[in-house]
Amino acid sequence: MTGTAASSQSFRDRLRAFNKCVCDGARLMVGQGDYGTYVAHIAKTHPDQTPMTEREFFRNRENARFGVGNTSGFRCC
Amino acid sequence: MGAIQKHGPWALVGALGAAALAVVATQRGEPINALWVVVAAVCVYLIAYRYYSLYIADNVMRLDPKRETPAHRHNDGLDYVPTNKSVLFGHHFAAIAGAGPLVGPVLAAQMGYLPGMLWILAGVVLAGAVQDFMILFISMRRDGRSLGELIRAELGVIPGVIALFGTFMIMVILLAVLAMVVVKALAESPWGTFTVGATIPIALLMGLYARYIRPGKVGEVSIIGFVLLMAAIVYGGQIAADPYWGPAFTFTGVQLTWMLIGYGFVAAILPVWLLLAPRDYLSTFLKIGTIVGLAIGIVFVAPHMQMPAMTKFVDGTGPVWAGSLFPFLFITIACGAVSGFHALISSGTTPKLVDNELDTRFIGYGGMLMESFVAIMALVAACVIEPGIYFTMNSPGGLVGTTPESAAAAVTALGFPVGADVIAQTAKDVGEHSIISRTGGAPTLAVGMAHIISSAIGGKTMMAFWYHFAILFEALFILTAVDAGTRAGRFMLQDLLGLISPTFKDTASWGPSVIATALCVGAWGFFLHQGVTDPLGGIYTLWPLFGISNQMLAAVALTLATVVIFKMKRERYAFVTIIPTVWLCICTLTAGWQKIFSPDPKIGFLSHADRFAKAIAEGKVLAPAKSMDDMHKIVFNDRIDAALAVMFVGLVVAIVVFGVMACVKAYRADRWTALEADPTLAPAE
Repeated sequence: MTGTAASSQSFRDRLRAFNKCVCDGARLMVGQGDYGTYVAHIAKTHPDQTPMTEREFFRNRENARFGVGNTSGFRCC
Repeated sequence: MGAIQKHGPWALVGALGAAALAVVATQRGEPINALWVVVAAVCVYLIAYRYYSLYIADNVMRLDPKRETPAHRHNDGLDYVPTNKSVLFGHHFAAIAGAGPLVGPVLAAQMGYLPGMLWILAGVVLAGAVQDFMILFISMRRDGRSLGELIRAELGVIPGVIALFGTFMIMVILLAVLAMVVVKALAESPWGTFTVGATIPIALLMGLYARYIRPGKVGEVSIIGFVLLMAAIVYGGQIAADPYWGPAFTFTGVQLTWMLIGYGFVAAILPVWLLLAPRDYLSTFLKIGTIVGLAIGIVFVAPHMQMPAMTKFVDGTGPVWAGSLFPFLFITIACGAVSGFHALISSGTTPKLVDNELDTRFIGYGGMLMESFVAIMALVAACVIEPGIYFTMNSPGGLVGTTPESAAAAVTALGFPVGADVIAQTAKDVGEHSIISRTGGAPTLAVGMAHIISSAIGGKTMMAFWYHFAILFEALFILTAVDAGTRAGRFMLQDLLGLISPTFKDTASWGPSVIATALCVGAWGFFLHQGVTDPLGGIYTLWPLFGISNQMLAAVALTLATVVIFKMKRERYAFVTIIPTVWLCICTLTAGWQKIFSPDPKIGFLSHADRFAKAIAEGKVLAPAKSMDDMHKIVFNDRIDAALAVMFVGLVVAIVVFGVMACVKAYRADRWTALEADPTLAPAE
């Protein structure tokens, strides 16, 4: 019985992982990276710095995609 | 035993692909099922991915899973982030897939489906995917630098400037041609114009929402936008039928051209969060969704291909575009087989996000195979509609006239019998006044998609909805490309002008920005206006020029890849990039030469100009011109186009010469001379 419980657990985990993958993928398609990854990165490498808020992060990414001097938002034919 | 287990399943895939190709190649006279085409394509992709991309990864690149990628070395949580392979694949695919692979194959269908299909498959395996993969690899090994910087570093400063200038001109032509596709699709179509126009207030609303009300909620705001868009399509039909609003949203091509030019200028100056970014969400998600929907639709409906495998127009007498199979088929289908623009994407954000070197095979090579599959689906969509309807929609107005009767007579005379009642009925089915001479590929694709999807969902009554959905989806991402392209072009132009006058480099100050934007919009606006007023229908004239420029950029990118292979002292594998480079040079130089010097005025710009210049000297007005002014304009446009073709040819010749010199130098050197970043090994975990 525990076997089925464990496998349904892992199935749910896998579903959650798949879901996150789809959401991350959709966000990255429009140039929005993962905020959690960014916060974790700052916490690990620059513990003295305060990371940007989610709102600041969103604007930062928007500008990085289309903003002044940047061509990375350019779409192909 | 091991070998059988390892290669056995792939041998089966190969056998299935060969069988499907055999069906496609031998079935004559009766329509074949589109699934054979799809199965053949997928098998070719699988085999190419399993064997050829692995060969390149192991021998040419020698990808090293232990080597640190820029995402790890410069990890900042923002621009450089190690990213899941599948997530990055989605990002890369969304960036490379656009209108090109949808339009090119539709235009190429005038020669039948077989030539286009074979070129899409051979081109992607040997050229397109190789280019994307190689440039991604090269950029990744150099901290994610851009194509221009890579050419400057590996080939020299002068080739770098030439490439930058060439890229700008190519972008101008691209934007003009894409904008023309939109104009051609919306002209005299109140339903289409209303829905596409409605995207502007919808995007503004979304922009304000995502800025101030719920910042960063991309999914939420996209769903709101999507619902509003669908409402716009549904009510667009009523607006179009309304006695007041219908005519109010009916515009001629020239009116739409000026609106687009004005729009392009304003949109490129507005803050990005207000219009560009929210529209980008809509167009990206709608694009991916529609591509998936079309794939499911084709598999589910399994439609038959009505277009013959090969038409008589392989000799170059076709009404859609001029020129014979070689070289013009190979430039008409650019994206989907090989597209130089992908080199800009592969050296853009993607290389900065690669987690492990081995991932580049899936992202670079695999991503392009996926785009090629989109091209195959577009070809299928164009070939499932009646050939008579196809030629009615894609022939220049001068040939088919404006009434169903004249079009039916003209297209039947071409050898594709179609009745006037069928033409009128098709227009009615898709909710348009007329489908005659709606060139540009988008309306044809929309009819094909509506045909396929409505067979699955909604039947005939939903056909008008699906038609306008397809038009909206194409117009939406073309307009996003026009926005983003104008911005990118403006920065490129400021870079270039900065070489002459350094004040231009200041992208933050208003003066230079406005001037550069105006120059950029003016440049593509000029070609757009020329195309829309072109009596032959601009696609006939300008699409080949776009194809030549795009393929030439691919030749430039592949030349860079060849030079890098020589510099790595792996010249025995250089055939991987030399073969596609040589083929692209043969095609584009022949096509370029013919567009300039061909004595046939249908193909050669100069002979066409001469014919009209001679008539002007004799005081005569030649059809399709209506006045002496028209005559002068045609001559002037022809000469501009010829000059542009000369420039593209010169550009590619110059880069190839520099490339050969760099290869010879690298060959003579007794050591590795490529300029990779230090191969710091990632710490073992």
